[in-house]
Amino acid sequence: MSKASQLLIAGFGGQGVQFCGKFLAMVGLNEGREVSYLSSYGPEVRGGTSNCSVIISDEAVGSPIVTDPEILVALNLPSLDKFEMRAVPGAMIFVDSSLIDRKVERGDTENFYLPATQMASDNGLTGFANMIMLGYLVRKSEVVAYDEVLRTVEKMVAGKKPGLLEKNLKALDLGYNYEN
Amino acid sequence: MADKVLMKGNEALAEAAILAGCRHYFGYPITPQTEVAEYMAKKMPKIGGVFLQAESEIAAINMVIGAAAAGKRVMTSSSSPGVALKSEGLSYLAGCDLPALIVNVQRGGPGLGGIQPGQADYFHATRGAGHGDFHMIVTAPATVQEMIDLVGKSFDLADKYRMPAMLLADGTIGQMMEPVTLTENTSAPIEKPWAVTGYDGSRPRNVVNSLFIQPEDLENLVMERYARYAKIEAEEQMAEEYMTEDADIILVAYGVAARVCRNAIKAAREKGLKVGLIRPITLWPFPKKVMSAAAEKAKAFISVELSMGQMIEDIELAIRCRRPVLLCNRTGGMIPTPAEVLAKIDEAAKIGG
Repeated sequence: MSKASQLLIAGFGGQGVQFCGKFLAMVGLNEGREVSYLSSYGPEVRGGTSNCSVIISDEAVGSPIVTDPEILVALNLPSLDKFEMRAVPGAMIFVDSSLIDRKVERGDTENFYLPATQMASDNGLTGFANMIMLGYLVRKSEVVAYDEVLRTVEKMVAGKKPGLLEKNLKALDLGYNYEN
Repeated sequence: MADKVLMKGNEALAEAAILAGCRHYFGYPITPQTEVAEYMAKKMPKIGGVFLQAESEIAAINMVIGAAAAGKRVMTSSSSPGVALKSEGLSYLAGCDLPALIVNVQRGGPGLGGIQPGQADYFHATRGAGHGDFHMIVTAPATVQEMIDLVGKSFDLADKYRMPAMLLADGTIGQMMEPVTLTENTSAPIEKPWAVTGYDGSRPRNVVNSLFIQPEDLENLVMERYARYAKIEAEEQMAEEYMTEDADIILVAYGVAARVCRNAIKAAREKGLKVGLIRPITLWPFPKKVMSAAAEKAKAFISVELSMGQMIEDIELAIRCRRPVLLCNRTGGMIPTPAEVLAKIDEAAKIGG
C-alpha cells in the first residue's frame, strides 16, 4: 500500500482547526509530497463547528474529500461523535481529553488522548492547543517529519508578531514530548 | 521552474486572470466563490486595475459588456444562481461577438439551492446560457493548477474567436488548496481592431451592436458565427484520458467528480476490473473524438456527475448510443463517494462491461 495519509481534523470554530490543516499541507508540500487541503464551508461552519480534509501522499491526490480518515483529530465532542465511526479500521484517533470526557468507543483503532487545551492554559499558551496537538500528532503518526514542521513554522511566522514563533515552538515541543 | 505555492482554487484563478492581463473585474459576492472578488478587491487597485462590486450580478455582466467592447480583458465570477442572473448579458456578449471570461463556481440548485458543490449548471453552460443561437467556450478545471491554466487559455480562446468563455468549476475546486506553479501568460496579445476606443477619423467607425432588424442580415451573422463554432468544434476539443488503453468500462467525469473517479478506478483495478476515465476539459466543445474512439473498444460508459444526468446526454450523442451509458450521480450539494462509483462500476461489469 502506498504511504497515503488521509487526515480529518475537526473541532469548534476558533480552535485553529483550519490553520492546523493548512499548516500540515504546507509541511507536506515543503517535504516535496503531493498534498491537498479542503476546509468545510457549509452550514456546519456557520453553526460553529469546523472541519477540514488534508491529504499528504506520495502519489497524485484523487478526491480531496476525506470520507474515511486514516488519522482523525477530534478537538471537541460533536466532532468525535460525528467522525469516530467513519475512521478506517486501524486508524489513529487523537482526542483533546480536556474537552472530551469520553473515550473512543470502537476497539479497532489506535487512540491517543492529550489534554491539549488544559496544557495550553497551564503554560501561558491559550489559543495554541492546536499546535500542541499537532506536535503530538506528528510524534505518534510520523505523517510528516518534525524537522520540516519546525522549518515550516519558522517560515510562516517570520516577520509576524514578536513572540509568536516562540509560542508556536513551545506549543509544538510540549505536544511532541508529551508522555501519558 | 517557479516554486510551488499552496493556493485556494478561487484565489488561484483570480491571480491567473491578473497574470493573463485582466485588469477589469466586475462582480457581486456569493458563496462559494467570494474569495475571487475578495482577491481582486485587494490586488486590482495596487496594479492599476479596476475592481468594482456592482449592485447586482446583472449590473456586473453589463459592465463586462462595456469593458469587452472597449477591447479590454475582462472577467466576472459568480456561483449558480448569480450566473443565471447574468444570462441575458451572456447572450448579448455572444450577439455582439465580444470576448470575456465568466467564472461559475457551481453550487447546488435549482433556485437559491444550497452552498455546497454542484454541477447542475451543465445544461445552462453548454446549451442554454441565454436566448438565441449561440455557444460559449466552456472549460472545466479539476485541479487548482488547472484553475490557473484554464483561465489563461480561456482568455486566449475568447479573444481568438471573439466570444464569451466560461470557466465551469465547482465549490470543491474553488475552496480546496493545492500546490500550484504560477506562470506569466506568454501568449502574444491578440489585436482587437474592432474595439470601440474613440473615433478620431483615422479608421472607420467601430460599432458594437446585437440588434439587426433585417432578418437576412441577422441570419448571415448567425451563420458566420456558427462557421466559427464548427472550427472550434474541430480544433479545440480537450480531454484527459486516464488508464483508458485497456479499459472495458469508461468513466466520464469533470471537475471534482473526476477526482473521485480516480479513487474508484484504483479500487476497481485492485479487483481486476479494467476501468479508465475520460475527463472532458472542454465541455463545449465536448470532446466527441476521444469519446467516439473509446467506444470502439470499451463495453460500457458511466457518467459520473453532481447533477441528475446532464452530461450523460452528450456522452450518448458522442458515441451515437453504440454502448450503454450508466449514470452515477448525487445532487443538491452531495458528492458521490468512491464506494458509490465502485458500486456502479460493478453494475456495469455485470451488464457486460
